[in-house]
This record gives sequence, C-alpha cells and structure tokens, in this order.
Amino acid sequence: MSSRIEQTFARARAEQRSVLGIFATAGDPDRQKSAAILQAIARGGADFIEIGMPFSDPMADGPSIQAASLRALRSGMNLQGTLDMAAAVRAEFPDLPIILMGYYNPIYIYGNEAFLAAAAAAGADGLIIVDLPVEEDDELAQPTRQAGLDFIRLVTPTTRGARLEKVLAEASGFVYYVAVAGITGTKSAATETIAEAVSAIRAVTDLPVVTGFGIRTPQQAAAAAAAGDGVVVGSALVDRIAESAEKGKQADQIATETEAFVASLAAALR
Amino acid sequence: MAEAGLNSYRTGPDEKGRFGIHGGRFVAETLMPLILQVEAAWQAAQADSSFAAEMAYYQKHFVGRPSPLYFAERLTQHFGGAKLYFKRDELNHTGSHKINNVLGQALLARRMGKTKIIAETGAGQHGVATATACALFDLECEVFMGAEDVRRQKPNVDRMRLLGAKVHPVTSGTATLKDAMNEALRYWVAHPETHFYIIGTVAGPHPYPEMVRTFQSIIGTEAREQILEAEGRLPDALIACIGGGSNAMGLFHPFLDDSSVEIYGVEAAGRGIDTGAHAASLTGGKPGVLHGNRTYLLQNEDGQITDAHSISAGLDYPGIGPEHAWLHDIGRVNYVSATDEEALASFRLCSRLEGIIPALEPSHALAFAEQLVSGMDPDQLVILNMCGRGDKDLEAVLPLFEERGLLDRQD
Repeated sequence: MSSRIEQTFARARAEQRSVLGIFATAGDPDRQKSAAILQAIARGGADFIEIGMPFSDPMADGPSIQAASLRALRSGMNLQGTLDMAAAVRAEFPDLPIILMGYYNPIYIYGNEAFLAAAAAAGADGLIIVDLPVEEDDELAQPTRQAGLDFIRLVTPTTRGARLEKVLAEASGFVYYVAVAGITGTKSAATETIAEAVSAIRAVTDLPVVTGFGIRTPQQAAAAAAAGDGVVVGSALVDRIAESAEKGKQADQIATETEAFVASLAAALR
Repeated sequence: MAEAGLNSYRTGPDEKGRFGIHGGRFVAETLMPLILQVEAAWQAAQADSSFAAEMAYYQKHFVGRPSPLYFAERLTQHFGGAKLYFKRDELNHTGSHKINNVLGQALLARRMGKTKIIAETGAGQHGVATATACALFDLECEVFMGAEDVRRQKPNVDRMRLLGAKVHPVTSGTATLKDAMNEALRYWVAHPETHFYIIGTVAGPHPYPEMVRTFQSIIGTEAREQILEAEGRLPDALIACIGGGSNAMGLFHPFLDDSSVEIYGVEAAGRGIDTGAHAASLTGGKPGVLHGNRTYLLQNEDGQITDAHSISAGLDYPGIGPEHAWLHDIGRVNYVSATDEEALASFRLCSRLEGIIPALEPSHALAFAEQLVSGMDPDQLVILNMCGRGDKDLEAVLPLFEERGLLDRQD
C-alpha cells in the first residue's frame, strides 16, 4: 500500500501539475482560530499541510515564524495540543498528507517512542525536524521510519557533493529543498539557482523534490515549482494570520481569507 | 600531569561529540557542513606545531600569561580555614578568561581563510575579547547581545564599538544570552560561506565544547604547576563559577584525574532556587536539546525553554556545557549554587579585603568558597578561579550598595 504522500505526488503527476504544501503553526494565534485556519488550508487546495509544532527557541526561523510560535505558546498550545489538532485535520481530510514540523526538544521531553505512537495515531504522515541532521539519525529518524512515518530530509545550498548522497541515503517521502542559506521568511532564491539544485538532487534520488523558503506569491510559487515537483509556502501565510489577529478578525473571516490565499497559490501551480 | 588512561575522566568526547548522553551536533543542515569544516580545521591545527607556537606567542605577549596564582591572605584569615588561592585570570588583557578561547578560534578562523567573525555575548566579556582579537587580526566582527544585557553592561558595549565591532542588540525572547545565541546562529545560517562563529563557552555543537575546553585548559595547566611550585602539592579543592562553564572547565580539566582534588562548580541561584528565578540548570533543569547540544536545560514540562535569572549577565543562561552535564551525572564534580545576594556580599568583601574588584560571575564562586573554606583545615589548599574583573559591573552594582549605605566608608 502506498503512502498518502506517494499517492499525492502520483496524482499531481497524473494531472501534470505541481504540488502545494502550506505551513502554519498549531495554535497560532489561538487554538480556535488555528483549527479554522488548518481546515481552510485544506479546503483552499493544499496538497499537503505542514503543521508547525511551536518551540520557544526556533533557531532556523525568521521573525514571522518566531512570532507565530510565541503567539501559539502564549495561547496555551503545547505538543499534545498540536497532535490533537493534527488528529482533527485527519478526521476531516482522510487523504491529505500531514507533516509535523519543528524542533527536537519538545519531542525529546514528550518521549520519542510515545511521540511517534501518538503522531501515528493522530494520522501524521511524516516529520521534519530542523535540528536533527543526518549525523544524529539514530535519535529519531530511524525510529520514525520503523514507526511507518517518513522522516523528511532537508537539503540546503550548503549540502553538496558526497554530503548530498549521505543526506539522501535513507530519505523517504519527498526531499525538502531549502532554497536559501538563511532563516525562514527572509530572502528568496533565483529560479536558475533552484533549478540547478533540484537537478543535483535528482541525480541522487528518485524522490519528489519540493522547494521552500522565501516563496511568498503565486508568481514565485509557479516559478519555483517549474524546477521541481512542488513548493511550500509558510511565512507569507503566517504574516497574514498575524495581521488578521492584530486587527481582531474572527475565526471565520480569517478562514475565508486563508482559503482564498491558498486557492490563489494552488491555481498558479495548475 | 596525570596520564589520560583507560579510567580517565579526560578522554571525552567520543567521535560523535558525546559526553555520556550529552553533547552531539543538533544543528540545521545548512550549518552541518560548516561544523564539519570547523572540526577538520581544528584537528589539523592540533596536529600542527606552528599553531601551538602561534598560540603561545600571543598568550605570552598579548594576553600576559601566565596569570599569577595569588594567595588571598586576608580573605583566608577572614574565613578562618583552608588557604585560599586565586587564579588571577581577571588580569588577562580584556579583563577575563574569555580571551584564552577567542585567540585560539580567531587563529583557527584565519587558518580557514575566513575574514568575518560572529560572536554572542552575555556579560560582554566574550564580545570584548572577540572584538579585540578581530582588531588584532584584521577580521570583521559582528557581536550579538541581548538588549537587556546591552543595558546592564554598557561599558563593554562601548569597548566593542571602539574596537570596531558591530553590536547587534537582540530583542527576541528574554533579550539575554540565550536569545543572543539564537540570533548569532540565525546570522550564521544566513552567512555560511564567509563567516566563522566564535562560540564563547564550552557549549554548542561538537567540536565547540571540546575546542573551547582545550583553549581554556591553560588555566588549569598553569594553576597545577603554580600550586606545586608554591606548596609542593596539589590543592584539596577547586572552585569556579558556571554559566556555560568555560572558565570552570578550563580550571577543572587538568585536575579531573587527580582523585584527591575535590571540585566544585557554582551555578547562579538568582533569587533562590525555590523561587524559580535562577540560572542553575544542573540543580533545577533536566536534559534536553538546545543550541546544538544535549545538556541540562531550564525548561517546562512541554520542553519549552524557560527564562533564566541571575544578577550576573554572564551566568544568565538556561543551559550548561555538555561536559559539565556529564561530570554531574557521574558525580566527579560537585555542582552547588550561590544567590544574587550572596554574590553581591562577596563582591564587596573581596574589594575591601583583597583590593581586587571581582566580576559578579566569580563573586558567586567566592560566596561558595566562604562556606567551603571555613569548614576546612588551615593546612588545606583551595584554588578559586578569579575569571573576570568587576569594572564592567559597577553601573549595575553601585546603586544597590548606595541605597543600602554599603558604598561609602562609615566613619
């Protein structure tokens, strides 16, 4: 039986279009609005959803996602709450791949085995853990694979030569290409640079390649997607959530706007 | 020096950078290739006698090493117990032990062909040392410092500016050392090809804890020779304060295999461990992963890092170097703590009795020394690492003494 992630990429290939992944932090700006946002992302046409697990010290994230984490934590979100929110998305959208993204410490404190069991039970399909490079594979990546989930590998502009093979040796699901050397939500990469990197990755693996970091508009999404199999948009949506929360908008209005924004990105990839 | 053998405490870390369960390399993939380059360059430098010669030259002629081992006679009389010696690393150029490590890493950066340097700083001592080395070696210097620390350590900020460094005030989180380190790491992620990150303590991803320890071990190596020369025998106890733990590791490491030497690391108890407002990660934390390594961290039940508190900006950090975490687990080193108030009292006492204005950081070590030394015999020996001078702290400390009538002599 193929995984939800495999089915999603196969379907997009059959439809000759790119895959759209959308990131949002669980509990941002609060639990009720966040639940509405996650549903709106799925309804708007995201092919997969990355649910950010909030952390107090997100060292690879720029100001937007740092602030999202803090809003979520202040509203009382924690790792158990994040898993519960993932389960709610799963109940509503049985075929949508759900990737949990974040940092290692909250998982380590929850307990790796207990977390993997809970993540699988919640219907998650994969993990992206920013501060677990391949050198620390035995911490969580191997147990994740044994639990039947994908441990999504990040490839960056500094991942070159023999290291690329090492990083992708046991990769599964898809490859997440971090298009810029930098933190989330800041710089954007040139399309040619992305194309070169994606072809280097394709020389090493048959897995789909998804590009993220610095993709904010439908135009940028279309340009970046042309080089690979899909894109991820994060900070651009998170900024919209922050603005709406600041203006005191209600959950249903934020959801409507989120759905429209995601739909505009999805349309650009068809 | 004792041979590091099979049963040695001095052989760590292993090839994965682990000290027991602690240490490791928990960094984003963008940084991992750079960390591996630093490790390779560090190994090459250690095998190259010209690197050691270069270090020795600058230690002697620029830093002013060896620093004296000084018998603190009046404090010894005052405490009434063991003989208390100070390892005078506050006399180093730039006013603390930090320069020992910075010189090593700056020379390594130069060997790697890097021309730009990143550093984080808490009290500003590491920032000043880094700015100094960058002026000396013509390197461009970016220092990340919590906005709260910029306020309470202004003289050091001004020194860095004068030396040509750019100080970036960090307003995220609690605006202290932890956040400065986050921001320095974020800057490094965005500038991986051009910049070298000079970490100021025995923490971060492997090989930093080992590398910083090696550069700081000159403190303990000298102290060992000096006490043997002065007293003809090893000390009975060592004491050093601990934030990240670099001055302590530097003093302790050469003595770890001397089983007759009791070793004490003093964490900052802030307003008291039971108030929750402290920076004692071994006493009040549990193992977790932050800033590239696994170690004891102050955190809540969800794994979110909690705020540290200490009157001393240099100890105001919710973690500790991974080797200390391991030495705590195996019980080789005793980790204790001293409060803000105890440190303030020792700060004043040392100024009045020894004519040495200590930094707030070693004032914590001195506060514990008072308890320890007074219960020991007069023929016993204790070495305390006087790792920094207190000039930088006057602005924070003087108003407190003034309002309590403790500043001016009452006659």
